[in-house]
Amino acid sequence: MTNQVTALPNGVNVEALLGAREALTEMPEAAKFVWRAVNEWKSGTHAESRIEGFFGLGEEQRHVREFRFDSDHPQIFAAEDNGPTPVEYVLVGLAGCLTAGIASVAANRGIELRSVTATLEADMDLYGILGIDSDVRNGFNGITVNYTIDADASEEDIAAVVAQSQKRSAVFDVITNPTNVTVRVNQ
Amino acid sequence: MSFLSHIPRRTAGAIDVVVIGAGHAGLAISQLLGSRGVEHVVLERGEVANSWRKERWDSLKLLTPNWQTRLPGCAYDGDDPDGYMSVGELVQFLDDYAANTNAPIVTGCEVTSVRRVAERYRVITSQGTWNARAVVLATGACNRPSIPTAASGLPAELTQLTPFDYRSPENVPEGGVLIVGASATGLQFADELLKAGHDVTLAAGEHVRMPRRYRGKDIFYWMTRCGIHDQSYTEIEDIGRGRRLPSPQLVGSTDLPILDLNYLRDRGARIAGRFMRAWNGEIQFSGSLGNVCALADLKMQRLLKLIDETADRDGAPAAETFAPTCVDDEPLLSMNIEDVKSVIWATGFKPDYRWLDVDVFDRKGQLRHDGGVVDGEGLYVLGLPLMRRRKSSFIFGIEDDARDIADHLVGYLTNTLRRAS
Repeated sequence: MTNQVTALPNGVNVEALLGAREALTEMPEAAKFVWRAVNEWKSGTHAESRIEGFFGLGEEQRHVREFRFDSDHPQIFAAEDNGPTPVEYVLVGLAGCLTAGIASVAANRGIELRSVTATLEADMDLYGILGIDSDVRNGFNGITVNYTIDADASEEDIAAVVAQSQKRSAVFDVITNPTNVTVRVNQ
Repeated sequence: MSFLSHIPRRTAGAIDVVVIGAGHAGLAISQLLGSRGVEHVVLERGEVANSWRKERWDSLKLLTPNWQTRLPGCAYDGDDPDGYMSVGELVQFLDDYAANTNAPIVTGCEVTSVRRVAERYRVITSQGTWNARAVVLATGACNRPSIPTAASGLPAELTQLTPFDYRSPENVPEGGVLIVGASATGLQFADELLKAGHDVTLAAGEHVRMPRRYRGKDIFYWMTRCGIHDQSYTEIEDIGRGRRLPSPQLVGSTDLPILDLNYLRDRGARIAGRFMRAWNGEIQFSGSLGNVCALADLKMQRLLKLIDETADRDGAPAAETFAPTCVDDEPLLSMNIEDVKSVIWATGFKPDYRWLDVDVFDRKGQLRHDGGVVDGEGLYVLGLPLMRRRKSSFIFGIEDDARDIADHLVGYLTNTLRRAS
């Protein structure tokens, strides 16, 4: 089994992905997924999120185990720094999504990746969240992602893989395009 | 074997083939059916080339050079082979073709329903009912403008135009104009509105960038020469995507080496990302402009590289280079609705088959067909993008498609006749 997995290009099961695409084309309902997280306040700005179940392929699904994530704020915010800030998790999500896309697209195009590293930077002006200047937005002014990729391909082919990964990235879409957010309080 | 006797039948009744639409596609298949002795009629809601007469803007010229413009048995023989036909010239070309091929056209004949009845198609029109053994849908791919649903969020008092309403900069109100779409249509509108002094913002999603001329020839010369235009729909990996591609950023003119976002930006247009929604008094654009420009640049470079292989062998002049698309460090993400006086939707077109009462549509309302052979016996379509070949949507591309469809259709008529006897 281990041998089979390592034999896959970039560790990506391209055949399974293409097979899923074909199968789901005929079953639009199975393609409708719901992702979930549960979040619980601990103390101060510290909270813990847990992720385990999601819905897809027409039924409830589970990750192989439950994942837990602490979020907090650094000490210069007079907090205890029990975990990354929520905005840093946004960067984790974006990088995770783009890199997964790069590996998959490269595998599909027969490009072997030797290493892929990305550094991300997001600019934010605290005048927004602190309510100092109403012209300053709360969120990032912009995000920069810098990839260093060592692969068996030309510069153009690598650029095309990175561009295609953005085109098909869920998190890139969530960040670059408006999304409706509904927050309710259960009585 | 009634279909072997070629008697044009222009009054309603039983017939072998009804062709719906007398544009270039309908006229082409009519010529081929006629030469094969197939009894048929061409039903046209208006006049020959109706959409070209009524649903196009003033400055429009064909994207294909004149030397390439041809229909079955008829090539361009005017004195400007490197020019591009205006709409008026194309209408004349199609009128002449209809007359020369003696096409059995019924004009002013609106089809209101096509239904399968007793192994035939009942075609109900404003001029009676035809009962046909086969039907060719040649109504084209551009019957209605395609407008994103997010458009509904715009205030009602804002002037909104589609390529069906837009004629020239004169019918655009003064003040800011937002052009949505970066296809040939959107870029041509932006160019002429800038020239007329309008304040232009262009919202660009995925687009196809290419120069008008390259290495001494029209880009279409090279695309044909390299076999791209003849590439079959069966060889294309993601045919759905190929068929959705916007038209290349071209204009029927050699005044500019390349009509692209850089050119418009230099002339003062603001380039924003894809139109997303109107919200809270603002129009919002996608933050993905950088990537859609990078994709378009990469694809153009790939196309030019492919052309270079042939052009080098042909000893063509040296390759021109084109600067990467310049994107602002912080492209526009939103603008006040108040700063926009009009919006032009250059977001493509869609066919209109509301009169086709046959179960041949997929879940998105698109015709189910395999290279123009519709998933319904004896039903065919022509003139859709990438229908059988890359060139399918161009005037010169119809001939090969129409020939394949005519052959299939004759086979169908022969077989059904044999089965019946």
